[in-house]
Amino acid sequence: MSVHLTSKNFLWHLKSHVRSVVRKRVGEVRYSNGTEAHTLKIAERIKQKKSEALLGGGQKRIDAQHKRGKLTARERILLFCDHDSFVEYDMFMEHTCTDFGMEKQKFPGDSVVTGNGLVNGRPVYVFSQDFTVFGGSLSSVHAKKICKIMDQAVLVGAPVVGLNDSGGARIQEGVASLAGYADIFQRNVLASGVIPQISLIMGPCAGGAVYSPAITDFTFMVEDTSYLFITGPDVVKSVTNEDVSQQELGGAKTHTTISGVAHKSFANDVEAILQLRNFMGFLPQSNQYPAPIRESSEPSHLDVPMLDTVIPPSATSPYDMLDIIYGIVDERDFFEIMPKYAKNIITGFGRINGRTVGIVGNQPKVAAGCLDINASVKAARFVRFCDAFNIPLVTLVDVPGFLPGVTQEHNGIIRHGAKLLYAYAEATVPKLTVITRKGYGGAYDVMSSKHLRGDINYCWPTAEVAVMGAKGAVTILYKGKDDIEKREAEYIDKFGTPFPAAQRGFIDDIIEPRTTRWRLSRDLDLLATKKLQNPPKKHGNIPL
Amino acid sequence: MKVPRLFVDACFCFSKHNIRIPTLASTANFSQRRGIYTLDPVDHQEPAFGKILIANRGEIACRIIKTAKRMGIKTVAVYSVADSQSLHVKMADESVFIGPSPASESYLIKEKILDAIARTGAEAVHPGYGFLSENAAFVEQLESDNISFIGPSASSITGMGDKLESKRLAAAAGVSTIPGFDGVVKDAEHCVQISRSIGYPVMIKASAGGGGKGMRIARNDDDARDGFKLSTQEALSSFGDSRMLVEKFIDNPRHIEIQVLGDKHGNVIYLNERECSIQRRNQKVIEEAPSVFLDEATRKAMGEQAVSLCKKLGYYSAGTVEFLVDQNRNFYFLEMNTRLQVEHPITECITGVDLVQQMLRVAKGHKLNISQNDIKINGWAMESRVYAEDPYKSFGLPSIGRLYRYIEPTHLAGVRCDSGIEEGSEISVYYDPMICKLVCYGKDRKESIERSIKALDYYVIRGVIHNIPLLRDILTEQKFNKGDISTNYLPQVYPDGFKGKQLDVKDKQKLLAMACSLFATNDLRNRQFLNVPQVKIDKKPAEEWKLYVELNEEKYKLDVTQSNGEFKINVNDEEYVIRKEDIDLAKPLLEVKVNDETDVIQLLSKDASGYYQIIYQGTTYKLFILTQRSAEYLHLMPEKIKFDVSKQIRSPMPGLVKSVNCNVGDEVVEGQELCVIEAMKMQNSMVATSSGKVRCVNIHPGDTVGDDDILIELA
Repeated sequence: MSVHLTSKNFLWHLKSHVRSVVRKRVGEVRYSNGTEAHTLKIAERIKQKKSEALLGGGQKRIDAQHKRGKLTARERILLFCDHDSFVEYDMFMEHTCTDFGMEKQKFPGDSVVTGNGLVNGRPVYVFSQDFTVFGGSLSSVHAKKICKIMDQAVLVGAPVVGLNDSGGARIQEGVASLAGYADIFQRNVLASGVIPQISLIMGPCAGGAVYSPAITDFTFMVEDTSYLFITGPDVVKSVTNEDVSQQELGGAKTHTTISGVAHKSFANDVEAILQLRNFMGFLPQSNQYPAPIRESSEPSHLDVPMLDTVIPPSATSPYDMLDIIYGIVDERDFFEIMPKYAKNIITGFGRINGRTVGIVGNQPKVAAGCLDINASVKAARFVRFCDAFNIPLVTLVDVPGFLPGVTQEHNGIIRHGAKLLYAYAEATVPKLTVITRKGYGGAYDVMSSKHLRGDINYCWPTAEVAVMGAKGAVTILYKGKDDIEKREAEYIDKFGTPFPAAQRGFIDDIIEPRTTRWRLSRDLDLLATKKLQNPPKKHGNIPL
Repeated sequence: MKVPRLFVDACFCFSKHNIRIPTLASTANFSQRRGIYTLDPVDHQEPAFGKILIANRGEIACRIIKTAKRMGIKTVAVYSVADSQSLHVKMADESVFIGPSPASESYLIKEKILDAIARTGAEAVHPGYGFLSENAAFVEQLESDNISFIGPSASSITGMGDKLESKRLAAAAGVSTIPGFDGVVKDAEHCVQISRSIGYPVMIKASAGGGGKGMRIARNDDDARDGFKLSTQEALSSFGDSRMLVEKFIDNPRHIEIQVLGDKHGNVIYLNERECSIQRRNQKVIEEAPSVFLDEATRKAMGEQAVSLCKKLGYYSAGTVEFLVDQNRNFYFLEMNTRLQVEHPITECITGVDLVQQMLRVAKGHKLNISQNDIKINGWAMESRVYAEDPYKSFGLPSIGRLYRYIEPTHLAGVRCDSGIEEGSEISVYYDPMICKLVCYGKDRKESIERSIKALDYYVIRGVIHNIPLLRDILTEQKFNKGDISTNYLPQVYPDGFKGKQLDVKDKQKLLAMACSLFATNDLRNRQFLNVPQVKIDKKPAEEWKLYVELNEEKYKLDVTQSNGEFKINVNDEEYVIRKEDIDLAKPLLEVKVNDETDVIQLLSKDASGYYQIIYQGTTYKLFILTQRSAEYLHLMPEKIKFDVSKQIRSPMPGLVKSVNCNVGDEVVEGQELCVIEAMKMQNSMVATSSGKVRCVNIHPGDTVGDDDILIELA
């Protein structure tokens, strides 16, 4: 245990220093005994405080935490950081509350452990809320500790990872606790787009506390033991008379499938933290760094024959866009973001020749891969993250259009669809697009088209770029005419091909599917030096 | 420097681990390179067909196209929707689309094939095996249209098509047949009389029978009486025909068949035997030529009888006479297959004859250019049928999927792969799930077995579940190696079904050592960023790992250290040394030197949570690898509650819902049939796993279901 070791070392140095001082001064200064004893006493007290801090809320509460199937705040950090790399800050901070008898209950470090460590050799700032101390509740000191590492993370340019496990505000501190939340929110917002911020919810996170994870770039959850909600089941019951359990209201399943609040969930603390370490490997340290390139032995200059057969012979049969993604990325290693939410679009990180890329792909297997409200919002946020952190975007297009329907219109598909359009249009990172099959209507424009400053736009031979499908087009063009079938065939022949777009230069090339990986790899190398800036402005006005 | 693909040698491409992957051109030349066909080189001066049509798909279509190409004959492929991107279509000079994916709507429809012939002007048709290959009406139609059928005459097909008729013909030709009553049994007493005269044990079976229905073995008078009654009832209900046959039952028989070849000029030769005893559900799994069981005299007797049957029939083209051989080397005629057999390549390997070439020549009217004296036995050949099926479920239930990675081990000596697929091909529900016929030949049986094992280890198949674990286990099994096999081999050797390779202690330790090396390599690689400034904080990468590994429910603690380009792994106080350069996370196949021996492993999958799947000695092992610290913490985590699976009826494989025999709310009892799933022409009755009420039914007749889908839930 790193902290332990450090404190031991520290004590050893201190003692030997004191001893040498004592030896030197023997006979010289007779009355120095008092300060020597004092130094030793202080050293003992430091040792004492540290070991208290290491125990958090005490062994009993640690056992209770384990019984709940959760690791303690410190165990989580040890697992998350490289061996022996975590350095703790503010172990001696204590809460300042004097009401409700709180002055008698103090724990060094209070209810959060903060500091920095390394993840696979790269620095990261981390805070881990300690449920064993006052239920991990947020005191003003707790907030200050978090704010301190966030400030430093922004200064240094390193990600902040929050391991959340907190019952909420420290009620005894009243408004001071609220102020603490707001201080964190403010920093979350300022750090947004500067350094990656990741929240892993590993226990309760309720009330105002939820807005910090909500602002961070990614929110992951642990199944069964974590939940996120504004108001708990009791309040829900009293206000709306709805009966709902904590898990149903705000568990991992709810947030990864229904609400889209969380980006992914994991089976338990250990898996979540191991996966989080893996995930960090895809991210740059800050917006000042390019997308990381990790060593890769998978050749990126070879054909991938498998890609030739993914698109089924019948234009209406579905296929799995993930098959294409796996064929393009290194080692079939794809970290999917929001795999269970708005499944008609796929978002996630992979590597091509070692370099991180953000991949967005329509999923023909689900709802024909159409764009609806949820899919647009999901992809838009992902695109903006990639753009903020210099991660090139690879967009795989097979989109029949936006989803029609009263519900969609009434819920604002126009506003939400515009988010994706906005995100792609403003993005200045390398943008590579491959149209695998359909690119219809406005959705074609939205999906990283040439017109939205796409750098490289490819079509597979199966691509059809058109205003709409043949049937729809022909019914409009030849309303009331009889030989509809013949005209449909005519339309398909003319527009059901990549040619109209290729002839106009809207796509750069029609490529054999098997060549896709090495072409993308080559383009990414070329575009590594891409320089593009949007006009100076305070900030754009994305249609929220 | 990236080389544009277009400029790469069109003949070969190099796979990621520098194994030569044959592309179309090179597979066509394969046999020439290997020199299998030593006895009948192509005579380009001899008149041949100009263009033939292959009324088949998959590997056999490819196989025929290869020989046709060698002979300078143009080829026409036919294909269904599902086959539009198939290898046989790419290999053929022309191709004709013949309809929807189900064979009953495409490959089995005579008119569509005839239409394709007319459209392309093909002079002859090779039917392959299955589909229309033994359809006399089709052959008659061709004969009347003046199109050559590359196979026997319609009358030969008819003669051998009927069980009773073929037995009579065989007996008349002096072929030894299973002793039995050549007529209809009147009643139970009559049955007892006949049985006595044949001698027990006897088999009582329905004349119209098939698929094991209406069949009983009787070992005494009582059995015979009961068996007759039961079989009659069954036959009546199953086939509407209660006629019964009685014949000698052969215990633990071997299935040995003779390959014959005849021309239209009355010449017939036999090309020795193939032993096909390793079967599951009457489907062959491993075949070999020659048979370890036959002596020269028996071989000659069987061959001569087969030839005499053919002469009697006026048989021409390739054919196979199947025999059952009992423990005393008595052999009995079973049936004759009037087509090219699936397992023909092993005969080609040991005789040097290209059977397809001979079929093409014979159909053109040429005389055989080889005589009986030319036919020798050169070495030994073993065919392992690699299927897309799960060997852990009754020795093989079909699986489907896309082959996202596929490398045949044809770079090894003595290996021939007959397949109709390539990387990217899809194994669909519509056809036979065969991936490849892996044929390995060597100077003797031992060498051909060794080569088979090696070839299976070097076979890279990703994307479908396959039966390599079972094939490899049989090839290493003692009884098989001794040649002690029969058609009951699988149930005898694996009475509880196939459970996967059981590794011995040393192999298990080697597997663990290699797995740990993969983990450590991954851990080291995770910090190798090429464009991230090095942090000045002095943190060296780990030099040692204390790992926790779970393998088959067994738990291990292992220490790994690295130095001098080596990993040293301590497994239960045994030290294993592995060179770091042997470990690569991207290669589909690794040759790893563990201490002094080289092992072949394939890393099938890995993930950050610690789950690794490694193929070793044919079997896929699931390993769970963590650092010991993570493992300590993991033990604090609660076990996930497992759902009671006995309340769920899950699909054992992908397929089509044929019927649903229950409704929500029905009370069902354990064992009751709830629905029927059809896959690859097999009907699977799904029964209630426990008694209870049907809570929900997720399927309708006609639905397609995936592997492990929940079909029906019980309350």
